[in-house]
Amino acid sequence: MFLINCPYCGERDQSEFSAGGEAHIVRPKQPTELSDDQWAEFLFMRKNIKGVQFERWNHAHGCRKWFNMVRDTSNDKIHAVYKMGEKPPIK
Amino acid sequence: MSKNLRITNNKFIDQTTKISFKFDGKTLYGFKGDTLASALLANNIHLVGRSFKYHRPRGIMACGSEEPNAIVQVGNDASITEPNTRATEIELYEGLEASSQNCWPSVNFDIGAVNNFFSPLIPAAFYYKTFMWPANFWKLYEYFIRKSAGLGKSPTEPDKDIYDHRYLHCDVLVVGGGISGIMAAKVAAKSNLNTVLIDDKNNLGGTTLFQKNECFKINSFYSNDWLRKEIETLNSLKNLTIKTRTSLAAYHSYNYLLARENLTDHLDLNEKRDKIRQRLWKIRAKKVIIATGAMERPLIFSNNDRPGIMLSSSIKKYIDYYGVKCGQKISLFTNNDSAYETAISLNNSGVIVNSVIDIRNKTNSLIVKQAEKLGIKIYWKSSVVNTSGYKKINSIEFMKLSDDATTVIGKKIKEKCDCLGISGGWTPRVHLFTQSGGKLKFRDVDNVFLPDKSELDQISIGSCNGDFELDDVIKNSVNLTNKFLKINNNDYENLEIISSKEIDKKNIWLLPSDKPLGKTKQFLDFQNDSTANDVKLALREGFKSIEHVKRYTTTGMATDQGKLSNMHALGIIAETAGVKMGELGTTTFRPPYTPLTFGTIVGRNVGEFFDTTRKTPIHEWHVENKAEFENVGQWKRAWYYPIGNENMHEAVQRESKAARDSAGILDASTLGKIDIQGSDASEFLNRIYTNAWSKLEIGKCRYGLMLNEDGMVYDDGVTTRLSENHYLMTTTTGGAANVLSKMEDYLQTEWPELDVYLTSVTDHYGTVSICGPNSKRILTKIIPDLDLSDKEFPHMSFKNALIDNIKCRVMRISFTGEHSYEINIQSSYAKSVWEKCFEAGKEFNITPYGTETMHLLRAEKGFIIAGQDTDGTMTPVDLQMDWIINKKKYDFIGKRSLYRSDTIREDRKQLVGLLTDDPNEILEEGAQIVSETNSQPVEMLGHVTSSYYSPNLNKSIALAVVKNGKKLKGQKMFVPMKDKNISVTITDTVFLDKENKRLNA
Repeated sequence: MFLINCPYCGERDQSEFSAGGEAHIVRPKQPTELSDDQWAEFLFMRKNIKGVQFERWNHAHGCRKWFNMVRDTSNDKIHAVYKMGEKPPIK
Repeated sequence: MSKNLRITNNKFIDQTTKISFKFDGKTLYGFKGDTLASALLANNIHLVGRSFKYHRPRGIMACGSEEPNAIVQVGNDASITEPNTRATEIELYEGLEASSQNCWPSVNFDIGAVNNFFSPLIPAAFYYKTFMWPANFWKLYEYFIRKSAGLGKSPTEPDKDIYDHRYLHCDVLVVGGGISGIMAAKVAAKSNLNTVLIDDKNNLGGTTLFQKNECFKINSFYSNDWLRKEIETLNSLKNLTIKTRTSLAAYHSYNYLLARENLTDHLDLNEKRDKIRQRLWKIRAKKVIIATGAMERPLIFSNNDRPGIMLSSSIKKYIDYYGVKCGQKISLFTNNDSAYETAISLNNSGVIVNSVIDIRNKTNSLIVKQAEKLGIKIYWKSSVVNTSGYKKINSIEFMKLSDDATTVIGKKIKEKCDCLGISGGWTPRVHLFTQSGGKLKFRDVDNVFLPDKSELDQISIGSCNGDFELDDVIKNSVNLTNKFLKINNNDYENLEIISSKEIDKKNIWLLPSDKPLGKTKQFLDFQNDSTANDVKLALREGFKSIEHVKRYTTTGMATDQGKLSNMHALGIIAETAGVKMGELGTTTFRPPYTPLTFGTIVGRNVGEFFDTTRKTPIHEWHVENKAEFENVGQWKRAWYYPIGNENMHEAVQRESKAARDSAGILDASTLGKIDIQGSDASEFLNRIYTNAWSKLEIGKCRYGLMLNEDGMVYDDGVTTRLSENHYLMTTTTGGAANVLSKMEDYLQTEWPELDVYLTSVTDHYGTVSICGPNSKRILTKIIPDLDLSDKEFPHMSFKNALIDNIKCRVMRISFTGEHSYEINIQSSYAKSVWEKCFEAGKEFNITPYGTETMHLLRAEKGFIIAGQDTDGTMTPVDLQMDWIINKKKYDFIGKRSLYRSDTIREDRKQLVGLLTDDPNEILEEGAQIVSETNSQPVEMLGHVTSSYYSPNLNKSIALAVVKNGKKLKGQKMFVPMKDKNISVTITDTVFLDKENKRLNA
């Protein structure tokens, strides 16, 4: 079970958090102007890679804030956490 | 107890305290400090069980958690009996009752043993191969297989014992209280680190605790005496917590570990009562030191599974620690030096050691020389080729090994014995290291997998790290610990250590035999009965991956998780397939390390504590009025209120009629309520719901439908505009938490520019809903000042009001199609308002109704229930609710998905009404709908989502989803049931009051 450093509350047990899938998928500003394929790209396509992945997490049983995390899915190492709207500290 | 099997000068067992216990119904005696296994051996009982497949007699083989054979059922109480416990780990207590497993009628005469004679017919994966065909015979096969399979019996009644969970945080966790763990814990605790040392045994010291041998000395003390003094000094360390009888079950990422502490298992029956039996420790350690030691390997040769064949180091522990002779004339068979320690211990305790049979060429290490000096006979370069004795070994046969060690040669020597000690070298216990994600490396010289790379803050020390010699263990354990903790402890510098060093090493995974392979049984996995032959067969049949061979032959899949068998299986596979063991890798070690009871896993979360139960503020009234309840999420909701002997159907018919004819009252407190405020609240609702909200007048209510981004209906409910920037949203009972989360998600991540604040107020307000033609009269009696005229207070509007000077909100909204009001009031007043309504409604025969009637009433009106009539694949268009989609809005969640090529298909499943030709026939919810009944297979066009008998219409009604349903109105369909086909007609979804006249009645 991870120890997650919530950017608002500090280090907490994973059981307080819920995962929200891949990060940095921006909801299109003009959905109506997109083709079916373009919309499907936003709606369905996720990377789910083995290795360093950018993810959304929610401190559901804490401050209820959403934030982003850089995690290596092959060994669960968390490289960074950062607030929504901030640029990832790692490329 | 056979006196001649006990030696008396023993300091670990209290031979003054006699303990009586029962095994297989027979009363026996042991001493305080014994395990069940040591007590049985002292009573000359080796045969304790039957093997899984062939029902061969099996005896005690080891002395710890790796025991594969001595698996017993403890206790005969139906609520606390425990199967599959290891006799080697059960501490003897007064009143203990244990019995053998997997044998019938008894361990001495077992009918299943005929399998042994049929064994050529039961190869690896016999079950998979034989019982596959014909497929529908499986039901029959399964019955018989289940009956004959399995070890032991599960308890049939709830567990009476108490179990507990606790958290533990520490700087350093040391797992394993052997010599290296003790030194590491001392080094850590002396450096002011909060240290915890755990061990699964009842005392610390590991095997060094009873290592009294001239070849192993520290500062001129025997190693056991030196270690005992070390253990004594631990008590003075303030930063050290020691937990014995605590076995580590799991090692997860981020140094999160689970350990099971046995608190009462060793106590006498009458002392156990009312105490916590086991505690699961949830440990978060900054640093972890693994010092779990090593396990001795067996040797793989023909008939190596007879009772009386034991691991050599276990024989040593039984004599040196428990003071029990495993036999009177013992032979030893080895490929390494450690069997000589056993030989010397036995010799010193007066047990006859027939001989040591060693597969190596003559070697001259210190310990071998000592054995020779004592006159112990050694056969070099020899191998045991067979054993005899059905229920207990009585002799062995051995032969010389050829120079290349692939065959046996020369004369066969037969030797009588009543016990055979085997030693195939040592396997570091790397289970916890790999559980934590660590990667292993292979050391060729002695064929061991060792810890290599880990992402976590941890190290392995001692023999689990591959140090098998006493001087290496001491030196390297301290050095590694110092480096790991970044300290410089010099307590153990300049120790004078005498340690016999192993000079020659040799290993043969599968020992050669004088018989062909098919004619012999060389057991690899003793508990699951898989042999070397099975593994070779699997390879011949084309299995290559070690994970596949494991599953196909079930090697390593028994309750011992292959602790003894895995290395040999790997070795034989590598040899047969011609690959290097390091490249082959190991199978995955998964938690728990040793089995946990369900009680330990669930702890106190049983019965009422299993899950949260939510009750409405009016709950007690429902209980007093004999309501039946149903679970809706965590809520207890009143389902129906039977009067007298009414069944559910009768109660619901009565309630439904009363609600339409006069007045009904419903507890709607469970509906989710979310308070929405902020200058952008209207804009926010515009984006969340499919319809438009900006122009909703203050004081008005509106029904809204919420979609997922994929266009599918997610939730629905009525939202009220309380003031310019203040709304109260209601959601479905089950959807409340998810709706709040979803809205928070969008606010925080997609639309952070919006000024909106969300607060869950579900628990803050109780909701009393009164409906029916007399609801207005009832409300007037309660709130006389409120103008209830249709002009002042029309349908879909809200008023602030006072009931006995308590503020409340009254909404005129309806889920039943009747004229109806919902009173929202602070929770603590909800029950008294309910009672007031009930009192005021008595003259109108006000009838409390539950969720079932609510569902019936709304179905008459064709109102959907999100989650019952929708299932995550229905768009508003599919629901024939096009009217609620505001096409002018630029965007809302899910809008774009409503015209994807898939969602605009005309033949999607659409919500329709169904009427049965026979008005008394009630359809089953979930039943399939077809258009014809002749062809096979027939196309399933849809299914029934809601179905009731309407007492107001005097006929059965149903809602259903049907492919292309919109266009099929008036068409005949069939609902095929087990014994008949029910004819139905597709109709409109609204069955009652299509003109909505009743809303204003």
